[in-house]
Amino acid sequence: MDFDAMRDAFPKLIAAVPTTLTLAAVSLCLGFGLAVPLALMRVSKSRLLSGLAYAYVYVIRSTPLLVQMFLIYYGSGQFRAFFEAAGLWVLFRDAWFCAILALTLSTAAYSTEIIRGAIQAVPLGQVEAARAVGMSGVLQFRRVVFPIAMRLALPAYGNEIILMVKSTSLASTITIVEVTGVAKQIISNTFQPVEVFVIAGAIYLSINFIVSRAVTVTEIWLNPHLRTERAIRSTTAAAIH
Amino acid sequence: MDLTQLAWGDAGWGDELARGAVMTFVVATFAFALGILIGSAFAAAKLSRFWGLRLLGDFYTTVVRGVPELLIIFLVFFGGGSMLRYLGNSLFGFEGYVEPPVFVIGILCIGVSAGAYATEVIRAAVLAIPKGQIEAARAIGMGPTLRLRRILIPQAARFALPSMGNVWQYTLKDTSLISVVGLVEIMRAAAVGAGSTKEPFTFYLAAFVLFLLLTSLSNRGFIRAEKWANRGVRSQ
Repeated sequence: MDFDAMRDAFPKLIAAVPTTLTLAAVSLCLGFGLAVPLALMRVSKSRLLSGLAYAYVYVIRSTPLLVQMFLIYYGSGQFRAFFEAAGLWVLFRDAWFCAILALTLSTAAYSTEIIRGAIQAVPLGQVEAARAVGMSGVLQFRRVVFPIAMRLALPAYGNEIILMVKSTSLASTITIVEVTGVAKQIISNTFQPVEVFVIAGAIYLSINFIVSRAVTVTEIWLNPHLRTERAIRSTTAAAIH
Repeated sequence: MDLTQLAWGDAGWGDELARGAVMTFVVATFAFALGILIGSAFAAAKLSRFWGLRLLGDFYTTVVRGVPELLIIFLVFFGGGSMLRYLGNSLFGFEGYVEPPVFVIGILCIGVSAGAYATEVIRAAVLAIPKGQIEAARAIGMGPTLRLRRILIPQAARFALPSMGNVWQYTLKDTSLISVVGLVEIMRAAAVGAGSTKEPFTFYLAAFVLFLLLTSLSNRGFIRAEKWANRGVRSQ
């Protein structure tokens, strides 16, 4: 193992971390914003609405993210004249826009299923109680169903965040230079794949470790009624380490 | 959009794309099989009495599930290439560039990644087997191998089947990543077609549809297999 190569690679890879985090954070936020209405469509009584949402989720989850990204970034070039006429070409020729669009559409589909599962797992008694005190549908959702569903969804959504951090690496295939992109550049210049891999891998692992810790802490913070002495102690210990 | 580009034979790219689809399916199948082997071995390690083996199992699943597959592919492709060059040079005195075999590398990378997910699935399946079953087998004097073959594996396989369907779907989709190092599967075939016809949307849409077909069809296969595996189980 060549430690000098690792020392050289480290600052370059670290410099790319903000790019990776921006891609993940922006698309997770936008994706979540799409997923909540989609999940509501999924649980709605209208067969048309739930069918549409299911079709979207099914198609996105059945195809690789790489195909979706290429379809948006390279595929849009075929309709350049149309996009130019519509004034949208500025967006579609930009790799950042295409990467975030593809990542957003993908995480929206996976999150829809997570949120749908959580909404359906909200105990019926809670909804009945809300109805009994005369809450309207919207108020029921805002005060009872949604907050409880979010707590139930948190562990699965934590996994989705980690998957998204990993998925941002695909943006390197459409010219965005994030951590994996930089790693590939260094590897093809120095031919020292193992050294670069160890550093880049460690960076991704640290990000994902922090994410999973943060999710656990949030879970405990959101579920004060389920807290036990032991859980608190182990989390504070983990946060200190 | 000119769909005649997708015609069969010399006139279009239909047969190239179909061959790509076959390649995707073959690589995914081998990688899935490799994933099951690796997954079984590491599930056994994670359930082992020895802390060293348990640690090894945790290390493998944590690293592979925490690092992007694309990075693993770059490591194995470039790392394997320089190792082959080194071996070729020192053993046969061969100077020059040795292209690493992308087919093997693809199966290896995707298999290792599928193995990490399979490990968790198989571990959970083994833990789902009621303890009494193993005790009963032991009580009538079955040896460890016989216990494994007659009690553990048949039941664990049944419990693991639904989640293994998900692992298969991940595997199938992950094979698209191998295109970045040049294996001619669906994505690569589509990229070649897109490059020479200047119709990227047509070709990536074709790739999209091919993947949709592959996952939908295999999904049906898994649902059938589940029905078959549970035919002797009482249901509500």
